[in-house]
Amino acid sequence: MLVVVNGEPRAVVEQTSLEDLLVTLALPRERVAVELNQKVVRRVDWPASTLREGDKIEIVHFVGGGGRAKRDGAMG
Amino acid sequence: MSTVVKAQSDRLVIGDRVFNSRLIIGTGKYRSFEEMKAAHHSSGAEMVTVAVRRVPLDRSSESFLDHLDGSLQILPNTAGCYTADDAIRTARLAREALQTDLIKLEVIGDQTTLFPDNEQTLAAARILVGEGFVVLPYFTDDLIMARKLLDAGCPAVMPLAAPIGSGLGIQNPANLRIMREQLPDATIIVDAGVGTASDAAIAMELGADAVLMNTAIAEAQDPARMATAMKLAIEAGRLAYLAGRMPKRLYASASSPVTGIIE
Repeated sequence: MLVVVNGEPRAVVEQTSLEDLLVTLALPRERVAVELNQKVVRRVDWPASTLREGDKIEIVHFVGGGGRAKRDGAMG
Repeated sequence: MSTVVKAQSDRLVIGDRVFNSRLIIGTGKYRSFEEMKAAHHSSGAEMVTVAVRRVPLDRSSESFLDHLDGSLQILPNTAGCYTADDAIRTARLAREALQTDLIKLEVIGDQTTLFPDNEQTLAAARILVGEGFVVLPYFTDDLIMARKLLDAGCPAVMPLAAPIGSGLGIQNPANLRIMREQLPDATIIVDAGVGTASDAAIAMELGADAVLMNTAIAEAQDPARMATAMKLAIEAGRLAYLAGRMPKRLYASASSPVTGIIE
């Protein structure tokens, strides 16, 4: 099934959880936050959050900033 | 190096946090991590801002936060947000990732000027304060908006001096002075538009409690040296403010006695 991760469509198997997705993406787990359909999902809830067709996921971290903010990399 | 000894009572208070430094700086636009770290160190700043962005999925990326001194208080911002909704979402994500309630709220109204959308900023501030955030809002230097933000529960307000990254310095000193006089107990942090040390000193002389800047240091030829200049300027400006300056006069007022002059 297709979900959208950081603005890009991605195919995942049925019953994939947010936890599974993060593991598959091999992303650092510290100081990262995840949003599912515009709601923040706490890390402790990642394993129990099963993805469904069309879900929109945003995975964010921190970057240098404080000046003229560029839009690239901003969430959709 | 500064030899000023700070009185215990003259520290910056933001909510229930207390800081020795009245300089808050950003982490953007530096040419290298080394340059950023040197500037941070020279500045004496105790709090730095960071932005929230998507993790790149197509390549491995190092953690930016690993390049920051561990003793710094991190202040996530909502830079890049043009609506209250986006700013609220960003703040919630930042809190989840960093486990901090602090948020620098920026809701921009126009891409060219990066002027804040005060209306959306106020709407977001109200909701975020309601969710327990410690909201530091960036807004135009408008006394009425300042009052509304403080009434909404923001522990400090952050009026801009000039457009972000413009380096123009305090464009409306009268406004800042009025804000200080009309809100004597508010924590006012001048944010955006500072270009060089004298701008920061002027902000403090007008009664600001602190100054937040990024570009002024990051885009200096020698950021670490400019950071030192800013640190000293803010200390000097604060002392001048506390010392109570002399009044301005249109005409001269002799400093030496007018009697006893030889003929």
